[in-house]
Amino acid sequence: MPEGRKIKVLVCKPGLDGHDRGAKVLARALRDAGMEVIYTGIHNTPEDIVNTVIQEDPDVVMLSMLSGAHNALCPVIMEKLKENGINDVLVAVGGIIPDEDKPFLEKHGLKGFHGPGTELKTIIEFVKNNLKR
Amino acid sequence: MTEIDESKTLKPTKGERKEKFRNLSNIEIKRLYMPEHIQDLNYVMDLGEPGQYPFTRGAYKNMYRGRLWTMRQFAGFGNAEQTNQRYKFLLEHGQTGLSVAFSLHTIYGIEAVDEKALGEIGKEGVSIDTLKDMETLFDGIDLSKISTSMTINGPASILLALYIVTAERQGHTPDQLRGTIQNDILKEYIAQKSWIFPPEPSMRLIVDTIEYCTKYVPQWYTISISGYHIREAGSTAVQELAFTLADGFAYVEAAMERGLDVDDFAPRLSFFFNSHNNLFEEVAKYRAARRIWARHMKNKYGAKKAESMRLRFHTQTAGVSLTAQEPENNIVRVTLQGLAAVLGGTQSLHTNSFDEALCLPTEKAAKIALRTQQIIAHESGVADTVDPLAGSYYVEWLTNKMEEEAEAYFQRIEEFGGVIPAIKANFFQKEIANASYKYQKEIESKERIIVGVNDFSQREPCSTPLLKIDEEIGKQQVKSLEKIKQERNNEMLKEKLEKLKKAAEGTENLMPFIIDAVREYASIGEIINTLKDVFGTYQEDSIY
Repeated sequence: MPEGRKIKVLVCKPGLDGHDRGAKVLARALRDAGMEVIYTGIHNTPEDIVNTVIQEDPDVVMLSMLSGAHNALCPVIMEKLKENGINDVLVAVGGIIPDEDKPFLEKHGLKGFHGPGTELKTIIEFVKNNLKR
Repeated sequence: MTEIDESKTLKPTKGERKEKFRNLSNIEIKRLYMPEHIQDLNYVMDLGEPGQYPFTRGAYKNMYRGRLWTMRQFAGFGNAEQTNQRYKFLLEHGQTGLSVAFSLHTIYGIEAVDEKALGEIGKEGVSIDTLKDMETLFDGIDLSKISTSMTINGPASILLALYIVTAERQGHTPDQLRGTIQNDILKEYIAQKSWIFPPEPSMRLIVDTIEYCTKYVPQWYTISISGYHIREAGSTAVQELAFTLADGFAYVEAAMERGLDVDDFAPRLSFFFNSHNNLFEEVAKYRAARRIWARHMKNKYGAKKAESMRLRFHTQTAGVSLTAQEPENNIVRVTLQGLAAVLGGTQSLHTNSFDEALCLPTEKAAKIALRTQQIIAHESGVADTVDPLAGSYYVEWLTNKMEEEAEAYFQRIEEFGGVIPAIKANFFQKEIANASYKYQKEIESKERIIVGVNDFSQREPCSTPLLKIDEEIGKQQVKSLEKIKQERNNEMLKEKLEKLKKAAEGTENLMPFIIDAVREYASIGEIINTLKDVFGTYQEDSIY
């Protein structure tokens, strides 16, 4: 990560879930921590997300999922990123992710797994410490 | 109003825990409330007897001495068969009304076979595509005897049609049916986000259901005007109160514009509020809601019947207040929130299950949640008298304060030209985003304590058993829908959908056309797509 450049973050809501209170609070907290944040809004398909990654070239993609569709959608997103040769972006998923699903998601390259009650500063530190570029 | 000497009441004395005490609406709470804080309160004008204008003390004369509130637990997961079993379980344990939680694909009018439904089927609620699913959902449950609330908005008219036809197949006529469709699209644009069409055609569909039910399903509540989701999205209690009632007024105005008489439809409007952690603030909110609604319905909209001014509401405890840490503590939170709803005079109540920050409720958690209500009802004694907190200097002052702050919001909404223009200007969305960020900051700075999360926390690993939705359910739902599409009379269906489309292009009431289509086993998705061709869709600005 070159000195002086802002960390660029994409905050996304994949799938049909519209509960975006957490995503919005997080987007604002990351912005207040000095990062450049794009919130893509709700109802993102995996294609939407990958296309936005290609266009915006973020350092981090944060997926907020509360609906239970994470095991179905996250691997598709990771697969499509790989197909497009994108492998230096930190992809994190948070929201309601049961512990037992974490190994599966980790195997697909996802990180984070921050759940309800996590302090914003914990997530900000996580982003800073896990950048891949 | 006479000036009050606040030196005794507002200024902190030595040895107080905080410099300022503020409730969740950021209203500063005084050390002490005295008669002078409510000196202008007029018993007859501002409170009235329970069951009488302005209904501050309760919607009905006897309240819970007559009939307890309806214990209505929101439930739905997996497929229609599984949810049908959960309903029977809840009814066997003394639940007194049904409340259907739908899968997200149903909520958006997307068929199970659509790739957008991937991974979502049955995860957040019961998956319903056609009349066949609806018949399974209510199999063995007599729809003339039970009241059913359906949390559905974009496709509300379609679910109502499905309910009417399901009841018809059980041998019941529409006038026997009791229940509610949420049908509150304005709060979807404001907070909950499950809109389909743009606001204007959505309002037309809502007025269509109001008009249809007024004539043919007279015992049905046509809209459940909802603050719940506004609050869950992060609003304060005052914002929940103000935005919800403003939405209510917008529906009244839309129906009156259609030429309906306010006294014909207003008695079938109902409300749905949240119950969060601050007990007295919540009680004051419900009391203020009844008074504001009554006053506006009478003075602004010219309602003549008391029924049109009487605000009735359902309450659900605040899902957002549940913690994933030490989830058993949630049982206590839910008890306090449920108590607030009862002290505030709710007509029905859903108490959340303690595991809901982690998953959909397990059977055990759902049972404890129901038992919580039964304990409040039968053991606490709070249901023995009507509006027990009336006359409290604090509660009456706070009720006045909530009304005053809500009125200030109505002014601001008016300045935008009403609710829909304010939505398009992102007014509500910004207000809510600001409030939720502030709340989160207060938790992080420990100005607000959440037990087991930012204080008294032991960070034990969570060991609560979780409800898992089998991925097979989605595959079965897809197969079942494909089978129905082969077996139904597709010629006839095509004709019905074409008629619906034509009607949508004109100004006729769409309900009869939707009923005709669901009878032919049209999927919800097919009806929605037909209407999308005419109405288009809606996109929001993603502000944060």
